Amino acid sequence: MSELKMKILELLKEDARRSADLIATMLDVAVEEVKAAIAEMEEEHVIVKYATVVNWSKVDDEKVTALIEVQITPERGRGFEGIAERIYLYPEVKSVYLMSGAYDLLVEVEGKTLKEVASFVSNKLSPIDAVLSTKTFFILKKYKQDGIIFEEHEDDHRLLVSP
Amino acid sequence: MIKDEEIQQQVKPQRSSMNDYLAPGAREMKPSGIRRFFDLAAGRKDIITLGVGEPDFVTPWHVREACVYALERGKTQYTSNAGMPELREEIGRYLDDSFNVAYDPASEILVTVGGSEAIDLALRALITPGDEILVPEPCYITYSPITTLSGGVAVGVETFAEDNFKLKVESLRKVVTPKSKVLILCYPSNPTGGIMTYEDWLPIAKFVEENDLIVISDEIYAELTYGSKHVSFAAMPGMKDRTILVSGFSKAFAMTGWRMGYACGHPELIGAMLKIHQYTIMCAPIMGQVAALEALRNGMEEKDKMVESYNQRRRIVVQGFRQIGLECHEPQGAFYAFPSIKSTGLTSEEFATRLLQEHSVAAVPGDVFGMGGEGHLRCSYASSIANLTEAIDRIGQFVRKLKGI
Repeated sequence: MSELKMKILELLKEDARRSADLIATMLDVAVEEVKAAIAEMEEEHVIVKYATVVNWSKVDDEKVTALIEVQITPERGRGFEGIAERIYLYPEVKSVYLMSGAYDLLVEVEGKTLKEVASFVSNKLSPIDAVLSTKTFFILKKYKQDGIIFEEHEDDHRLLVSP
Repeated sequence: MIKDEEIQQQVKPQRSSMNDYLAPGAREMKPSGIRRFFDLAAGRKDIITLGVGEPDFVTPWHVREACVYALERGKTQYTSNAGMPELREEIGRYLDDSFNVAYDPASEILVTVGGSEAIDLALRALITPGDEILVPEPCYITYSPITTLSGGVAVGVETFAEDNFKLKVESLRKVVTPKSKVLILCYPSNPTGGIMTYEDWLPIAKFVEENDLIVISDEIYAELTYGSKHVSFAAMPGMKDRTILVSGFSKAFAMTGWRMGYACGHPELIGAMLKIHQYTIMCAPIMGQVAALEALRNGMEEKDKMVESYNQRRRIVVQGFRQIGLECHEPQGAFYAFPSIKSTGLTSEEFATRLLQEHSVAAVPGDVFGMGGEGHLRCSYASSIANLTEAIDRIGQFVRKLKGI
């Protein structure tokens, strides 16, 4: 990955709505170079998607999110891949990580209600043959996600004019 | 025969107001031109400000946390007058690593309450009344008033936009006299963003030698250069003993409110400054010293990120000013752009006042920084990209209105 691409990624990670023009100015390179680099990274799926980080607790229809530790028996020849796929294809599953340590997959599940998430675990996740056990932890409050602090107060405490 | 009353009148001056009690130095000291703008802007919520002379970052959390921890552990005492030994050692190591200038922590480094105290101490330690102090301008507003207060005579040395506000030896030659004793340098420069390279320094160093000057080099913005690494004047051949290097933590580590600075130099100079410091200040606050130590030990990565972010914003404002038709030299240090507003026909003062009143953007008129500042506007880009973009838009509207476009 070129240095330019890394810098572009950092700037887009902070704010995905930054235009190629602005990025070109910030990095002091030609706008065509920036556009080409972004196009390449989109093509290669380095940039997967430009999504919005939402603080759902500020929205009326609050969502319930749980982190589920899943122990599984790996499949011969395929390891964890097949079983991970069977899990992540469910739309209610928001993220899946293969973990080191006491369990194998960390699954993030989102639902409208607590009951909905519980029913996903008992009716969809646990019955999968390879799944040995699950431990479900409901998220009570999100303080920070992907480096973004949710309730950050960006008040400027500085004097308006100073030497 | 002279009556007692008359004798009393001769020795005791009549004082009709409090003002008459003041020392002439304090009475005649002009209030800062920046202060006037602060008053104009105060209390208004709609203002976008480019007038702030400090980082827009909060001090990194690990630094704040180190201070909190130290307080919890009961670190609330005086430290040695010159500052905690481990902090002085760390400062020495840092200056050697970063700027190639080695000081003995035991005798050549003094921790002060901000770079400001270091400047005050240096001037008080050096000035004999009547000494002339050479001050390249436009510059930070503190040097001349403090010089005058110490009985010195501040002599401005003009620098020019067409030289990127670099100090030229020809300008120094025009004003130097046998009374000249001290040269004050502040590069990277507040307010111009100008810097000095090794090659730029060479003739200045020669001039300092020839005229037997002492240099107070205020290098508070040393970490904030873009494109080339800062060259300390103290690191120039033969200049270490002639230079009092002043710096601090405010700009590099976003620690303005901590008031942590230091001075480094020849043991006899630092020793004299230490004497004044121990009688007036005793020591810099221990909380700040603990935080400064943490910043030097573990703060470099975060500092580099902040510098990169300033650099990105610097490019936005310079391009922005040029696009709205204001001439703007390329600032290569600090976090200020210093565009020229001469093409609008207004003075700096008029431009800044009307910009604030009519378009709610605060910036500092260049004339408050001394000679050569007239016709310019100091714009700090230590502000969010959204603010910078909006401010430049508004300045653009104002410029178009003035030019009748």
